[in-house]
Amino acid sequence: MNTRAAALILIIALFAGRHAHAQQLPGNKETIEIGLSTDTIAITSGFRGTDLTVFGALDNADPLIQRQGRYDIVVVLEGPERDFVVRRKDRFFGIWVNAESVSFQHIPASYSLASTRNLQDIATPKIFGQLSLGVNNIFYEPMPDGFGSSESLKEFTKELPRLKLKQRLYNQRPGDVQFLSSTLFRATLSLPANVPVGKHIARAYLFRNGEFLRESSTSLNIVKAGLEFRIYRAANQYSLLYGLFAVFLAVVTGWMGRLVFRKD
Amino acid sequence: MGLGFALGIYLPIAEISVNVFVLFFMGAAVGFLSGMFGVGGGFLITPLLIFYNIPPAVAVATGANQVIASSFSGALTHFKRGTLDVKLGSLLVVGGIAGAGVGIYVFVLLRELGQLDLIVSLLYVVFLSTVGGLMLYESLQAMRRTRAGQLSNLKKPGQHNWVHRLPFKMRFRASKIYVSIIPVLVLGGAIGFLSSIMGVGGGFIMVPAMIYLLKVPTNVVIGTSLYQIVFVTAFTTVMQATTNQSVDIVLAMLLMTGGVIGAQYGARIGQKLRGEQLRALLAMLVLAVGLRLAIELFVTPDDLYSVAVALATRAP
Repeated sequence: MNTRAAALILIIALFAGRHAHAQQLPGNKETIEIGLSTDTIAITSGFRGTDLTVFGALDNADPLIQRQGRYDIVVVLEGPERDFVVRRKDRFFGIWVNAESVSFQHIPASYSLASTRNLQDIATPKIFGQLSLGVNNIFYEPMPDGFGSSESLKEFTKELPRLKLKQRLYNQRPGDVQFLSSTLFRATLSLPANVPVGKHIARAYLFRNGEFLRESSTSLNIVKAGLEFRIYRAANQYSLLYGLFAVFLAVVTGWMGRLVFRKD
Repeated sequence: MGLGFALGIYLPIAEISVNVFVLFFMGAAVGFLSGMFGVGGGFLITPLLIFYNIPPAVAVATGANQVIASSFSGALTHFKRGTLDVKLGSLLVVGGIAGAGVGIYVFVLLRELGQLDLIVSLLYVVFLSTVGGLMLYESLQAMRRTRAGQLSNLKKPGQHNWVHRLPFKMRFRASKIYVSIIPVLVLGGAIGFLSSIMGVGGGFIMVPAMIYLLKVPTNVVIGTSLYQIVFVTAFTTVMQATTNQSVDIVLAMLLMTGGVIGAQYGARIGQKLRGEQLRALLAMLVLAVGLRLAIELFVTPDDLYSVAVALATRAP
C-alpha cells in the first residue's frame, strides 16, 4: 500500500496589508499569495512519494490580461540546503575508480517546480537567471577549495542538476499551475520518495507579459514519523546507546539460538 | 502483492525498502552454511547485502553486528566444554580492539574520500579468492588422498618455526603453548582491522593462522577464535554506531533471526556429510561470490558520475 502524505492545503486569503503591497509599483496592483493549512507534514516509512497541492490567490488582476492568459505563475518548493560532492569514475588498470570530484555548498537538497507554461514561454532566460529560478538557474556554488580547474568545475556543475533530476529530487512540471478562477490557482508539486526532511520553502513567482512582478513565500516543515524514523533518530542522537543496544540484541539472539539448539 | 509475499519493510539506516522474506532467507541460508561448516558467515553476508543494493557502509557495519549473534552461542558452548583459552583469547582481544580502532579510522577516511565501496570490494575479492582457492586445493588434495586409501590428516607435526624465536614469551596453559605475545597481538590486530573494514568475524583467517603460526591445538582453536570474535565485533559495532551511524538494527535482526534458525539445520546436515566434500563445496561458493564482486569492478557503470552529501570534515 502506498502511504500517501495527506497534505491538506487551504487557501489563506490575506486581505489585510494588500494596499501596502499595491503601492510599490504604480500601475501594478496585482498581489500573489500562497498558503498552506499546515506548517508541518509528517511522512511515514512506506512513503513512496506524493503530490503536494498548493493553492494560491492572485488579486487585483487586470481582467483583460487575465482573459488573454498573459499572467504566469511559477511555484517552487525548495528543500533544505546541504553540501554535496559530485564524483566521476575513471578507469585504472581496468577497474572503475572514483577519481575527480567537485564539492558544492548551500545546494537545495530537493527542488520541485510547477509552472503555468514552459519556462521559456513565460519570460526570457535572463530574467530566470536573475531570479535563480529553475533547475538550470540555481546557483551551484562550489566550495572555495572544492575543485581542481575551472574546466572541471564547469563539467561538474552541469552534472549536478542532471544527477538530481535523475534521482527525482529535482523536478520541473510545466503546466501544473492551473487557474481555477480568475483569482484562484492551484499548483501541483511532486514530493519524491526520498524527499529530505527539514525546512522547505515554497515560493510563488508572478509574471505579467513576460515581466516579473513579485513573489510570495511560505515555509513548510517535512518530518518523518513512525518507528523506523525513531530508530533513525536514535542512531544519530544516541549513537553510543544505540550501538550498545545493537550488541545486546545480537547477544540475546545468539543466546536464544543456543536454547533452541539444546532442545534436540 | 496478492499473496502477501511481497512484504516490504523500510530499513531506517540503509534508507531503502526491502523484502522481509528475502533478507530472512538470506540470513537463514548463510546461517545454514555457517552451521554446516562451522564458520561465522560474515564474509558471505556482507557481499550478499551489497548485491542486494544495501550501501556497503551499512552492509559492513551490520555484518559485524550480525556476527556477534552466531559467535556468542558458539563461544558459550566452547567455554562450558573447556575448549576455550581465555588468556590467549583475551590477548587476541587486546590486539583486536587496537586493530579495529585503526580500522574504523581508515573506514571514515575512505568514506570521506569516496573510495570505501571500492576498497571493500577489492578486499573481498582478494580474501575470498585466496581463501576459496586454498580451501579448494586443500580439499581436492584430501579427496585424492582418501581415494588412494590414505587417512586424511590435517594435523601438522609440532615443528617450531620462526614465530617461536620471538621475545616476550608467555605461557598459555589451556593451549599448552609457550609463545611470544608479539605474533598474538599482531594476529589479533590484523583480524580486528579486517573486522571493522569488511564486517567479518575473521574466523576464516584466524583459525588457520592459530593452527599453523601459533601451533595452538585444534580443539581449543575454534572456541578461542569465537571468543575473540565476539568481543572484537561487539567493539566494532559500537564504534561503527558512534562514528558512522551505519548499524541497521532492523536489518541485523532479520539476518540474525534467519541465521539462528538456519544454523540449526545446517549443523545437522553437516554431521552427515563428508568433510572434504563439504569444504570443496564451501570453497566453490566462496570463489563464486568473489568472482561476482570482481566482475562488478570491471564492468562499465551506467553512470560515471555520482552525487553524495559532502561529509562534515573539510580540508583545513
